[in-house]
Amino acid sequence: MSRTLRINGSNHEADLPDDVPLLWVLRDALGLTGTKYGCGVAACGACTVHINGTAVRSCQVTLGEIEGEITTIEGLVSSDMAILQQSWIEHQVAQCGYCQSGQLMQAASLLSDNPSPSDAEIDSAMNGNLCRCGTYPRIRSAIHDAAEKLARQG
Amino acid sequence: MGRIKTIARRSFLVGSAAVVGGVAFGAYKLRQTPENPLIDDFGRAALNAFVIIDQSGVTLITPKAEMGQGVHTTWAALIAEELDVDWQDVKVLHGPPAKAYYNSALMGMALPFFDYRLTDFRQGIREVMGDAAKFINLQLTSGSTSMKDGYERMRLAGASARETLKRAAANRLDIAIDRLSTANGQVITPDGSRLNYSDLAEDAAQLTPEKVELRDPSAWRFLGKTMPRLDMELKVTGKAEYASDIILSGMRFATVRMNPRRSGMISFDAKAAQKMPGVEKIIDLGEGIAVVATNTWLALQAANAVTIKWQEAEYPATTELMLEDIRAALDAEADAVQRDDGNVETAHQGIEISAEYELPWLAHASMEPMSAVAQLDGDTLEIWCGNQIPSVTQKDCAEAIGFEPEQVTVNSTLMGGSFGRRAHTDYSVQAARIAAEMPGVPIKLIWSREEDFRRDYYRTALAAKFKGVVQNRAGLTLDGKIAAVSGLTGPKGRHLLGAYDQPYGFPNFRIAGHAADLDVPIGYWRSVDNSHNCFFMESFIDEMAFAGGVDPFEFRWNLISKEHQPSANVLEAVAEMSDWQNRKRSGSAQGIAFGYFGSTPVATVCEVTEQDGDIRITKLWVACDVGTALDPGNIEAQITGGSLFGLSAAIWGEITFRDGEAEQSNFPDFQSLRMENAPDIDVKIMENMPYLGGVGEAGTPTAAPALTNALFALTGQRARKLPLYHQFNL
Repeated sequence: MSRTLRINGSNHEADLPDDVPLLWVLRDALGLTGTKYGCGVAACGACTVHINGTAVRSCQVTLGEIEGEITTIEGLVSSDMAILQQSWIEHQVAQCGYCQSGQLMQAASLLSDNPSPSDAEIDSAMNGNLCRCGTYPRIRSAIHDAAEKLARQG
Repeated sequence: MGRIKTIARRSFLVGSAAVVGGVAFGAYKLRQTPENPLIDDFGRAALNAFVIIDQSGVTLITPKAEMGQGVHTTWAALIAEELDVDWQDVKVLHGPPAKAYYNSALMGMALPFFDYRLTDFRQGIREVMGDAAKFINLQLTSGSTSMKDGYERMRLAGASARETLKRAAANRLDIAIDRLSTANGQVITPDGSRLNYSDLAEDAAQLTPEKVELRDPSAWRFLGKTMPRLDMELKVTGKAEYASDIILSGMRFATVRMNPRRSGMISFDAKAAQKMPGVEKIIDLGEGIAVVATNTWLALQAANAVTIKWQEAEYPATTELMLEDIRAALDAEADAVQRDDGNVETAHQGIEISAEYELPWLAHASMEPMSAVAQLDGDTLEIWCGNQIPSVTQKDCAEAIGFEPEQVTVNSTLMGGSFGRRAHTDYSVQAARIAAEMPGVPIKLIWSREEDFRRDYYRTALAAKFKGVVQNRAGLTLDGKIAAVSGLTGPKGRHLLGAYDQPYGFPNFRIAGHAADLDVPIGYWRSVDNSHNCFFMESFIDEMAFAGGVDPFEFRWNLISKEHQPSANVLEAVAEMSDWQNRKRSGSAQGIAFGYFGSTPVATVCEVTEQDGDIRITKLWVACDVGTALDPGNIEAQITGGSLFGLSAAIWGEITFRDGEAEQSNFPDFQSLRMENAPDIDVKIMENMPYLGGVGEAGTPTAAPALTNALFALTGQRARKLPLYHQFNL
């Protein structure tokens, strides 16, 4: 049965069984490959997307369970949180880059809830997002920087 | 005697291959430029193998694989510096497998000299040896050699292209070449009119490339500065394309399940899997099976639904049994002695100490599991994969399906991490074999995370015994024996980089390698031998310092300063950064470690702090000397990342075996540092070394011993085994 998903502001038809995780719907059926597979067990955060603005691990949500609007890394650039991507570029965060879609989606969810997070709040929000290249110090700086920019914008 | 013997034997090999018998004949032959691989492939004007200029602009070709280390950006800056193009106009392509892309630095590394004792004469020999890499097609991104390899070649490529374009303009306009200048991708005439490089490219391609001289570093615009990475925007918008992101029309999705005991398959039953709607093919790969389906999730489910009887492992079934073999190798005769200064056997008066160490097997655990896309059409195979070794990938894929290498096209994609793992070709060969079973159908192979852990090529486990003598507060004797599964960086027993080649002036200094005979698959792991040997050396030297009642910084400095000044300088720099003199603060402690990786001396100080019974790593200071800092921002990122990689392994990293299988299968049982426990890191980059040093791996070796030495200072407990979570509350 084909289902209609609302992703990044447009409708997409997904013709896959209901038990397929959103991660593989995005990647294999819809060609939205910015969302990455890292572990399949919600232990690395590489597959993080938003459902109704909240960060979720797309490897843990099945097609049949989805209700609401999905935002992926491909849609982040059209949101208020594109400012994070700008900060990521200014701080030259990415190395291999594979985890960064997930890091950005998690950071976007954090700043939506908490526009000026402390170091401890950043640690707590970002702790589920693994980076084997070790870009954490720059991620932290980029989040602080984006928060300041958002505050200046009012 | 031992040292003379070992060096003499290797010198003979070098001599007969390249130096004595080779220079007159070989220098000519060696220095012939191999065939330009880009003319046929791209069908447009290619000035040389590293620069393409056409109507769409200037494209720089890098044969180096981008796994996160920033090589594409710095390699491009080397070419662009001389070519006079604007940074925003630079495009980079990863070149095809080709002889023109040999790695001259890596071959040069396989010489018997200690890097820190390189003289100009020896550097010359190393360069000739580097040229020999052409003949064995060593297009390898490994050993942190990319910048060493490209530093001159890429600037020459850029300069030669620029001068040839000027020559083409001079011919066309009938103007003397020295009246022309270049900027922003254009040749500028005395009257200020401009000709685009792209308009001159076809003419230039007809000319013999100009001989050129390189610009003085004082004129550099890009090099020496932090350049924005060319892949950054793609990586923050989800558009960067890794092998697992390739989409081809009509593509099918595959996964494999191979024997976790690394031997064959007795039988398998795929009936249940075959019944799953959307499963298209199940393929017997001998050591396991492949499933091809209409999506990856289904392929993963179906692979798990196949019942398989595995053959038993050909190595001992448990970690403990493997370690017994490794320990036993320590008691057998040495397979290699790579340093034997003075005489470690003579009795010397002083404080004698000894210690035994053990290190575990380690996985690479790159964020992107192994993946490759392949399509077979008639008598050609095309493959897309992230890899550190395109020419071997081409050859291995061809062999696996009965093709000649020329029938296989390898497209090297970005890598979602590698750390040495993608120097192997197993996953690419699997994709080729699956594609060969389904001609005309593009196949995307993605491994499960579990497969990625169970079928890794692990960093070897090791055992070591060190003995030493401290006399009058100074290091007199160091005698180290190191046992490992061997053979990655030389013949058996020569897993000793990072130990024998360290600039410590012990009057009696011996390092011996013992090869354990185990069939566990091993591989290069970020910083290779240095990843373990730096831990042994720096732990033991710390123990010697404490036994002699000497400050650990001072003890090292006294041994290093008489041997190699730039190394002593990085040690001093890190002591100054960390305020080592005043390090004794309540509740915290610091440890220091030094390591010479490739041509890069590195010193690290780690600070640990006790809070409510838990120990936190609160700060890391790292000083490194890279000779010439081509991109300081990227160097800082690499040293930081390499240090955190080393800390992750030190605290949690281990692969253990039971029933011949790795017990770890996913990130919950192979932990790494996360945001909350990653310490702040200050990096100082120095430029006193005479040659360029690599940075992608240099931060890793010193991280673990700096941490364990800090833990000793804090708790009085020595960590002689890793990972530390067994012993400390970290």
